Amino acid sequence: MQDALFYTFAFLTLMFGFLVIANPFSRNPVTSAMFLVLTIISLAGLFVLLHAFFLAAVQVLVYAGAVMVLFLFVIMLLDLKAEERRKIKTLGVVGGLISTGAILAIFLSSLLKAPLGATQSPVVEGGTVALAKLLFTQYLLPFEIVSLLLLVAIVGVVLLSKKDLK
Amino acid sequence: MEEAQLMQYLPVLMLGALAVVFSFGMLVMSVVLGQKGKRPPVKDIPYECGMIPVGEGSTRLSLKFYLVAMLFILFDIEVVFLYPWAVIYREMLKESGGAILGAMLSFLGILLVGYLYAVKKRAFDWKS
Amino acid sequence: MIQAIIDWFGSPVGLSVLFSAVKILGVFSVLMFIVAYSVWVERKVSAAIQDRCGPNRVGIFGLLQPAADAIKSFLKEDFTPAHVRKTYYWLAPAIVMIPSLLTVAIIPFGSLIGNEKMIIADLNVGVLYTFGIVSLGVYGIVLAGYAARSKYPFIGGIRSSAQLISYEIAMGMSVIPLFLIAGGLDVQQLSAGWQSLLAGTSGLNLNRLVTWQAGNGWLICYAPISFVIFLAAMFAETNRMPFDMPECEQELAGGYNVEYSSMKFALFFMGEYASMTAAAALMTTLFLGGWSLPVAGLNQPATTIWIGLIHIGIFLAKVCFILFMVIWVRWMWPRFRYDQLMDLGWRRFIPLALANIVITAVVLWAKS
Repeated sequence: MQDALFYTFAFLTLMFGFLVIANPFSRNPVTSAMFLVLTIISLAGLFVLLHAFFLAAVQVLVYAGAVMVLFLFVIMLLDLKAEERRKIKTLGVVGGLISTGAILAIFLSSLLKAPLGATQSPVVEGGTVALAKLLFTQYLLPFEIVSLLLLVAIVGVVLLSKKDLK
Repeated sequence: MEEAQLMQYLPVLMLGALAVVFSFGMLVMSVVLGQKGKRPPVKDIPYECGMIPVGEGSTRLSLKFYLVAMLFILFDIEVVFLYPWAVIYREMLKESGGAILGAMLSFLGILLVGYLYAVKKRAFDWKS
Repeated sequence: MIQAIIDWFGSPVGLSVLFSAVKILGVFSVLMFIVAYSVWVERKVSAAIQDRCGPNRVGIFGLLQPAADAIKSFLKEDFTPAHVRKTYYWLAPAIVMIPSLLTVAIIPFGSLIGNEKMIIADLNVGVLYTFGIVSLGVYGIVLAGYAARSKYPFIGGIRSSAQLISYEIAMGMSVIPLFLIAGGLDVQQLSAGWQSLLAGTSGLNLNRLVTWQAGNGWLICYAPISFVIFLAAMFAETNRMPFDMPECEQELAGGYNVEYSSMKFALFFMGEYASMTAAAALMTTLFLGGWSLPVAGLNQPATTIWIGLIHIGIFLAKVCFILFMVIWVRWMWPRFRYDQLMDLGWRRFIPLALANIVITAVVLWAKS
């Protein structure tokens, strides 16, 4: 049953992801954003199947519940109309192909190194407690640096949107 | 234990299915059972307390909503880090003393600077 | 074929699916009952406060009023105005309803009946799951405003979503001290009943909070500031008075659901009451000891079916008490202004919640 669920969620993720960028029925940016929400939620389902429970919850909480709300706000702020079909630019296509090819090469090289199904799948501890212990011992420094990153982001946001006020 | 946790997510899927079926079932039911009325042109006008609407339905937003959404993401990430910390706090206090408290205090301290900056720059001021 | 299905339900997985289905249907029907009758209570309480009669024509004391309302909203014309965005106009009511139904999944509404835990999904991410689902509730409201393509609903929807996200932070921060305090739970030292209730749980699981409260007293006594912040945030998150910005009748003529009729309006309405009930249930679990009661040995997991049922009864009684309080507040308080609401959320509650976390942590550190 786990396999069936994996294929279901994987299929849903890919399908929703495809509908985000190339929806044949609608060119409305809000629709794209909503499909991105669905993609994120199905991705959370995949995380659950990988036993990364905390990550799944955070995925929904932060990406689906916070980042995508911002996306929707921006779409409504700019009052975007349905997007026209654009002419395809050569530079964009070449750049896209190069980056996709690079990612594909990385995937292939790592896949070829570890033959599928030959090794025992590792025991993953994705619960909150296991993750917390790692975060506050081994990865303490990155954790503290995250706060600096967030600080820079806060300052940046305020500065950008409140430029005219003192 | 992890396997047992995985099984606990099955009811969530079932509940989700029930919620979807219920919500859309209600919508379909009201179409099937509902009255069919006439369609005078007045009915198609957006409701504005009897005034004839002027201009577009969706007006443009204030920039403040965007600002609030951005700050929400940042503070949401901060809150997410607090949960794993809270869960192991008592245990880590026994093992390593005040180190775990210091780790979070410095994290929160740095973010407090950002928060105070936002307050000082009147990012949360909705009157102006 | 039929034999194979019967055999599957006999297997451990099939059996747990069967039990889950029973629990889900039970919780769902009780939730819908509470939703229907909290509307009735709301109308009766408001009538009493304003010196009116309230509903009294349908059935004795108007008790059949919820049924009449339901039939009415089914039979009304389901009208789709020409100016709306059709797809979202149809989806938005469902998107409001679905998250509010999903939030109840992780709430322990009783201890044990037989060997079955009285909780739909015993997740270790517990309260984080709820906040994740609650944060999805924003979409229903913002899309409802967007779909209507009309000024009042649009402003109402956007305002409401900004309000929801603002109070989510205060809400998330307010529960941290609870886990700090209850983190000291040592399952090994508990009796066998508790051990079977807490088997396989860790971290943010809500049954652990209930266990801690049963042994040490309700968390409202240990973290009163958390309680106050959570209560206010709950009013804001469920769009209730005094924070019912999206529906302020005087300014926005009703807010995001103005353009909706028939069952679509009823779904918004039910969604609001369902999320209110879920929030009350969460609050009961977090602060008021969940299904436990410190009298007559009811602080232990049930060993017989009768005690198991009494635990569910205790839980429901606590939930109803909170709901009654929420309804009472609506008819006693004036509405906040929008800038006051945002100011309260961002400039008062967030520093207060932060200070609450730090003070709790420091006190625990000093004690250890």
